[in-house]
Amino acid sequence: MIPTQFDYVRADSVKQAIELLQDSNGEAKIIAGGHSLLPIMKFRITEPGKLVDISRIAELKGVKIEDDRVIVGAMTTHYEVANDPIVKQNIPVLAEAASQIGDIQIRNRGTIGGNIAHGDPVADLPAPALALDAELIIEGEDGMEAMSVDGFTLGPLITLLPENSIVTAVSFEIPPSHAKSTYLKFFHHATGYPVVGVAAVTGVNEDGVIDYARVGITGVGEVSYRARAVEEALVGQKVSEEVIQAASELATTDGEMGSDLFASEQYRENLSKVYTARALKSVLL
Amino acid sequence: MTKNIGARIKRKEDPKLLTGNGYFADDIQLPGMLYAAILRSPHAHAIIKSINIEKALEAPGVVKIYTGKDLEGKIGRIPSSWLVPDSNLKEAPQYPLAIDRARYVGDGIALVIGEGRYAVRDVLDLIEVEYEPLPVSVKQKDAMAENAPLVHDDIENNIAFHWKAGEVEDKDIDEAEVVLRASFNVQRVAPSPIETRSAIGEYNPGSGELKLWCSSQNPHIHRMVLSEVLNISESKLQVVVADMGGGFGGKIGVYPDEALVGYAARDLKRPVKWIEERNEHFSASNHGRDEVIDVELAGTKDGKLTALRVVNTANMGAYLSTMGPGVSTIDFGLMITGAYDIPKASCETFGVYTNTTPTDAYRGAGKPESTYQIERAISLFAKKIGMDPIEIRRKNFAKKEAFPYTNAQGLVYDSGDYEKPLNKALEMIDYKKLREEQEAKRKEGRLVGIGISTYVELCGFGPSAVAGAIGFQGGVWENSTVRVHPSGKVNVYTGTSPHGQGHGTTFSQIVSDKLGVPMEDIDFVFNDTRAISMGWGTYGSRSVAVGGGAVSIAADRLVDKAKKIAAHELEVSVEDIDLADGIFQVKGVPGQQRTFKEIAKSANFAWNLPEDIEPSLETQAFFDPSNFVYPFGTHIVVVEVDKDTGEIDLQRYLAVDDVGRVINPLTSEGQVHGGIAQGVGQALWEGIRYSETGQLQSGSFMDYAMPKARFFPRIETAFTETLSPVNPLGAKGIGETGTTASIPAVMNAVVDALEPYGVTDMEMPLTPEKVWQVIQKGRETN
Amino acid sequence: MAIEAVNVSVTINGEKRSAEVEPRTLLVHYIRDHLNLTGTHIGCDTSQCGACSIMVNGKAVKSCTMLAVQADGMEITTVEGLGTVDNLNPMQTGFWEEHGLQCGYCTPGVMVAMMALLEDNPNPTDEEIRMGLEGVICRCTGYQFIVNAVKHAAKLMAEGKSLVGEGLSQ
Repeated sequence: MIPTQFDYVRADSVKQAIELLQDSNGEAKIIAGGHSLLPIMKFRITEPGKLVDISRIAELKGVKIEDDRVIVGAMTTHYEVANDPIVKQNIPVLAEAASQIGDIQIRNRGTIGGNIAHGDPVADLPAPALALDAELIIEGEDGMEAMSVDGFTLGPLITLLPENSIVTAVSFEIPPSHAKSTYLKFFHHATGYPVVGVAAVTGVNEDGVIDYARVGITGVGEVSYRARAVEEALVGQKVSEEVIQAASELATTDGEMGSDLFASEQYRENLSKVYTARALKSVLL
Repeated sequence: MTKNIGARIKRKEDPKLLTGNGYFADDIQLPGMLYAAILRSPHAHAIIKSINIEKALEAPGVVKIYTGKDLEGKIGRIPSSWLVPDSNLKEAPQYPLAIDRARYVGDGIALVIGEGRYAVRDVLDLIEVEYEPLPVSVKQKDAMAENAPLVHDDIENNIAFHWKAGEVEDKDIDEAEVVLRASFNVQRVAPSPIETRSAIGEYNPGSGELKLWCSSQNPHIHRMVLSEVLNISESKLQVVVADMGGGFGGKIGVYPDEALVGYAARDLKRPVKWIEERNEHFSASNHGRDEVIDVELAGTKDGKLTALRVVNTANMGAYLSTMGPGVSTIDFGLMITGAYDIPKASCETFGVYTNTTPTDAYRGAGKPESTYQIERAISLFAKKIGMDPIEIRRKNFAKKEAFPYTNAQGLVYDSGDYEKPLNKALEMIDYKKLREEQEAKRKEGRLVGIGISTYVELCGFGPSAVAGAIGFQGGVWENSTVRVHPSGKVNVYTGTSPHGQGHGTTFSQIVSDKLGVPMEDIDFVFNDTRAISMGWGTYGSRSVAVGGGAVSIAADRLVDKAKKIAAHELEVSVEDIDLADGIFQVKGVPGQQRTFKEIAKSANFAWNLPEDIEPSLETQAFFDPSNFVYPFGTHIVVVEVDKDTGEIDLQRYLAVDDVGRVINPLTSEGQVHGGIAQGVGQALWEGIRYSETGQLQSGSFMDYAMPKARFFPRIETAFTETLSPVNPLGAKGIGETGTTASIPAVMNAVVDALEPYGVTDMEMPLTPEKVWQVIQKGRETN
Repeated sequence: MAIEAVNVSVTINGEKRSAEVEPRTLLVHYIRDHLNLTGTHIGCDTSQCGACSIMVNGKAVKSCTMLAVQADGMEITTVEGLGTVDNLNPMQTGFWEEHGLQCGYCTPGVMVAMMALLEDNPNPTDEEIRMGLEGVICRCTGYQFIVNAVKHAAKLMAEGKSLVGEGLSQ
């Protein structure tokens, strides 16, 4: 499979990349790791006239802590995220999820920016991103802005990303220090994509009462979502299997299940609940 | 002398492949080479109203575009090579490109030749085809119905052939104490070698010779068929197979694409290369299986089976492929009774045309399907009468003393001792304890299942007279030449066509033992119709049993000749010469000897040969075995099903196989592992899917789930050895046993696990959702 | 549409090479068709099978899902850079000794991916190797002997045989 022809420009800075986008009259697309874009170009589903390569822009890489949030450069690879000491210490669920994306080769090339910002319904990282109240740092024609991951994706490959702008980083909230987290995933047999991926971050206070709960779910439908109904059913309750079970039954309240040849809507609904329960049990019990 | 036969020897082939020095089809670059791309029908059934290539011809790099009409009368039709007799077989003509009607998604519409692989791909998008979609027939039973859309207008009810073997009367079923009726669907799968198909043509306009590199498991069959299709003398057509990345049956077939490439290379007088893309492979390379099998198994309450009546409705796709018609008839239908002595058996097979990709042999070819129905049916029968699945098998096995055993349909099994691998397997896995553990876990509410399959299969095709009687358009003997150079180094030529099996190593083991020369002094030559006079290729697990037989006989003949020369030089009679470790020794006279090297030189120089001996040290053998071979064994599988998700955890897999003489345990185990992975793949993950309109829904590895490493436990293997009397090595085939045995073993295990929910059967592949759904249903009814 | 060709230069298996290519040229085609290193293969086109795996700047990647221009100036290792017939590297030796290949088509990519695994985890369990093989598809072996091969390679590397190949002589 071979993509259609395009012009290629390598941007040296974010500013230049934005200018290149502006000049292209909507013909250009950003390429970074290429693991979201190139496959659909090879299928000729998309045929951009120009690619602006941002993969060499140094400012887009790396992890740091700023204002009590972890900032991960958009060009940081899944491998780097999974092995980064700051990530592992402060937001381990992101590392855990990143380490389960695709396979070794894909993790070495795919980037956090692409995984979260491309609007791919079967991306893993939106789940932990939602559970970590993540924001996308976006640089565009009018400067910088931050947009919540929650609500950013409208449909498959359709996002709120403004025209001629670039996701430069993703910023994550650091959960309270007593919180525990996990990412559990049901692998699609062929692709390894999540048929369901559940990220759960929860905290239990000294009295055994759940005082913090964030649950992000991906893979099951066209848009990943934050399972607020689950969170609400947990917070304020004493930890018990019954509480977890009851909360997990609400796993689909905030999302819409999809359906394809591999898994029907009904089955995805079941998987969402089962995997939510399993994730919660592993962090709460 | 068996120093190497039976030894665990690492492969001679590997250093080349491990260092990137493999020479695969797409590695070949020829001066002035053009590329080919094929435009394929996006419709399952449509009239081709017009094809407009004007725009396409303006694209950069285009050299030529051919349509079906352009080639009419210039390339012949692609024939099937298995015309099963007494079956009213109606072969619809398949032309290399569809002329006025496309009959499946993937049917060739136009051939583009141009400068470079990127250029020809771009041109495909510029060809404008006007289609008028027609109603489609997709599933075989639907296609046979009155008023079903016809794939070929002149073939009534889409029935390509109707074949029957054996006799079972109604009363044999109706009057039996117990009758098990079941319908099994052995679904359509894609062979999926990791290297897709390819063809490269190179024509010499001066000599009129055409050299065609093909992805082929049987280059001589390709030569024979394509010489007719392209109207070129077999003596001027050379078919060569480069190193090939797997076949699994998918590269047996002679395809339109190869004929197109050969034609274009000759027409344009420039080399042409075509490499199939993966999504193209899914639509344009033959699929396997797709058989709906209705079974009636009759017997007594105490488990003695008395009659088996089977009807197989096989989906042939839009055209009859090279081996296609034989798969669901001869391969499937003559040993439906499996390892069991069932006195009456009959099989009726309908081959049905549909608007889908043609089906052909896929690893096992008919035997996995046949084994599936009997191994599933006997397990269901046991359940029905409350008998242990092992006990019912023992009770009905063809007995060791009965060999050569003639089954109810008249097929003669060469050798067998079915208790032997069964007993070994039960001991290795500690069956009694396993059942106790299962019971205990069931009490905890866990879904553990144990599945068994005690299979036997037919392979090692031969003799040729039988091939003729069953309508195979060719012979099934094998050919080998052993050539010793003046240096004493050896080239061996065979007509089998390895593509991963490691014949270079196993056959060298045979020759090394015979001649007493070291393994590294022997080099094999395969896969070139110029180098090897004739041969019938590699499929149906025939290479060691038939090809190895030819090698063995040729080597024996060479030793005979060499001994005569040695005796002459040493002035003794030939009976006085012993050959050991490469030394021709006069018996009882130390020092009176000639080395193999010395005789090689004498024979080739021919300065002093006995009167009746011709120069050179080279012998040839053509081996046509007296019967097929019938490997057998027992596979046991343990699974646990996740109640909440339906996911199946394959926990143990044990295979005890009896394949006669094992030449190389290392490569044999490799064959067993690979075969099992493909069978388990069919049971659990793989499946080609078509929509109701005949759209292919599984067109890449993103939809078609291939077996992956993490899906498997460590496979436990062992062999028992019951030699075959029909070839000099006593060997049987091993390439397909794993696939044949594993599909029903896995299904039996899963059904056993789901027994608490009253499940008796499910459709493959057993995706988690399907399993979850039956658990939900079971929960409701319980 | 006139698309300008671009010059792509890489250091591949220690050698500096360059070629003028269309910007859309996939890295795997650049390596195979332009640099004539044909040990790296294409199996699936959709980045499941891993037959095209190579190292770029020391990291295993799938070269069918990367543009050649994106590798400009980088260091690449392909199967041809692992070891020679006379001096196989431990991964190649492991695959040979343990029959980790049959047709050999997926093997170059599998070995590269497994070298990346061992770099991170020099002593992997069966389970870890099987998970590590997620990015490759082998249709021949059923994977068991690949697992054995990787374990064997790990052992050879632990014994310090990182550079010593076995060669062809037995």
